[in-house]
Amino acid sequence: MIRDYLLEEKLPLFWCAGCGNGIVLQALLRNIDKRGFTRENTVITTGIGCWGKADDYVTTNSFHGTHGRALPFSTGIKLANPDLHVFTLMGDGDGITIGGNHLIHAARRNVDLVAILVNNLNYGMTGGQYSGTTPKHAITKTSPYGHVENGFDVCRVVQAAGAPFVARGTVFDVVQLDKLIGKAIDHKGFSFVEVISPCPTHFGRSNKLGDAPKMMQWIKDNTVSREKAANMTAEELRGKFVTGIFEEREQEDYGTAYQKVIDSLKGGDRA
Amino acid sequence: MGEFRFMQGNEAMTEGAIAAGARFYAGYPITPSSEVAETSSIRLPQVSGLYVQMEDEIGSMAALIGASAAGKKSYTATSGPGLSLMAENLGVAVMGEIPCVLIDVQRSGPSTGLATKPAQGDVLQARWGTHGDHSIIVLSPSSVQDCFDLMVQAFNYSEQYRTPVIFLSDEIIGHLREQVIIKSPEELEIIERNEPACDPADYRPYDHSEGLAPLSHFGSPYVFKVNGSMHDEWGRPCARPDNADAIIRHLSEKIEAHAEDIAITRKYNMDDAEIVLICYGGAARSALSAMKKAREKGIKAGVLQIVTLWPVPEKEIAEAMRQAKAVVVPELNLGQYIGEIAKRNPGNIPVRGVNRIDGQPIFPAQILEVIEEEAAK
Repeated sequence: MIRDYLLEEKLPLFWCAGCGNGIVLQALLRNIDKRGFTRENTVITTGIGCWGKADDYVTTNSFHGTHGRALPFSTGIKLANPDLHVFTLMGDGDGITIGGNHLIHAARRNVDLVAILVNNLNYGMTGGQYSGTTPKHAITKTSPYGHVENGFDVCRVVQAAGAPFVARGTVFDVVQLDKLIGKAIDHKGFSFVEVISPCPTHFGRSNKLGDAPKMMQWIKDNTVSREKAANMTAEELRGKFVTGIFEEREQEDYGTAYQKVIDSLKGGDRA
Repeated sequence: MGEFRFMQGNEAMTEGAIAAGARFYAGYPITPSSEVAETSSIRLPQVSGLYVQMEDEIGSMAALIGASAAGKKSYTATSGPGLSLMAENLGVAVMGEIPCVLIDVQRSGPSTGLATKPAQGDVLQARWGTHGDHSIIVLSPSSVQDCFDLMVQAFNYSEQYRTPVIFLSDEIIGHLREQVIIKSPEELEIIERNEPACDPADYRPYDHSEGLAPLSHFGSPYVFKVNGSMHDEWGRPCARPDNADAIIRHLSEKIEAHAEDIAITRKYNMDDAEIVLICYGGAARSALSAMKKAREKGIKAGVLQIVTLWPVPEKEIAEAMRQAKAVVVPELNLGQYIGEIAKRNPGNIPVRGVNRIDGQPIFPAQILEVIEEEAAK
């Protein structure tokens, strides 16, 4: 039962009406439940931000650290105890902006953990300022005349950094999201899922995208599958969310490789 | 029986950490601490431990805390610029009450400063480097033997008080080579984590109503939450004013109330001393030498070496000052610890600093000069 993993006394969720975070949390807990992971052998680490509050609502072990640093906390946890199932939850401000350095190195280092980056295109918690994924021309609290920078394509960054599993979904297509998170869990190594999610309170309001249902429609209308995107021009893809699996390959993870080093030195523990 | 070895301070710290049971290192290389990283990368996998080099000191500190929460005694080594970056997550270890040991081999600052030269400029940063009210334990070695023995003590304090401990070395001690006895396990007292024994359903990692709560580790039957935000006894977020007040007081009191138990000081020729040198770390070696020279000249000089810099060993400092005609404080900074000593001045005893900030060690002659001036008064 997914309720076994939900700390019900902390409900209702503090997230705004129309926020996608609850949908992502449910998809994650459904997958954890389906695989029979226990509260004892699961650790959920979070950064700081709206999505960073997700650990408040789970009954598993959790670690709520600092803004942008969830991945290095997870790295230590997983390497110290490889039997744990470690999930790292980050927002776009957290994961790719202040924590961008940790993200690319985590992708390269390939520790066996799952990272879920919920991208709502702005800093929700602090009131709607621009982040590293805010698109050019978008209005935010700190780009009142239109954003002059380009936003990251997060999956391309993580893929280029060497992660063996990279995928993107949206909170509109929950069936696909469930599958992507499931595949990420079952893939050994650093497995990364970006989830496009609406922030009607800030990004939606600032950019006149309408209320929560309209924003959901906006995400749907701008989503393109990876297969379809392959036949589209860069101009046609501007402002679109390409979904699907971008990388899925076997690659020896850090823990396995390091264990081989330890085993090669065996011949009596030299304490 | 222990084993006589000839090694560098930085290398002895690695051996001390491993002897204390540390099995996880996360760090980022920086002069003059890099030998700790290098020797750890050699030694840890030999004892089924793990070395990981992170992308920066921010990530290193995070990985260290994560590994400790997952049950491995963990450490890192850095120098001033790295300590500045580690300050952020040092606060997580303080707030989450997760044991770990942070070695700072001090070099000249601020900024890049003199990257290969000694200094003691991080004394106050070690105490107050992370934001917010808190207390912390800081130990200062002055020999290669200290690098081994005190490192074991650092891990012991860390587990015993559920706190990060800063091992505040300096370039003089880090790169010093001298004889050291690497003690065997049976010669060492190792304090292990106080793990819970209650029913897992009743486990509250932050309920300190009956003394410091036991700390479990991820993967045990005891499920728990670590939270850098204000939290209740389960580690769940809690923003109640009375709770925040209690937590901040607890973080301070759990260490300050045990200051006397944590205090480590050393006295040399203090019985009849009139001129008292109060010193620590690399500068303590110069102070000892100056004291001996002063004695040769018939001056009643003595040394109080402070090994536990924080919490301040108030009792020992006050005692030393009561008998002193003058106090001399040699430091490789403009006077960072002298303020703590001046605060404990029982009357109007002159308290004089001998300071050096040019990247060179303090020479005994510099200290002797001040001793002679004070003795002549």
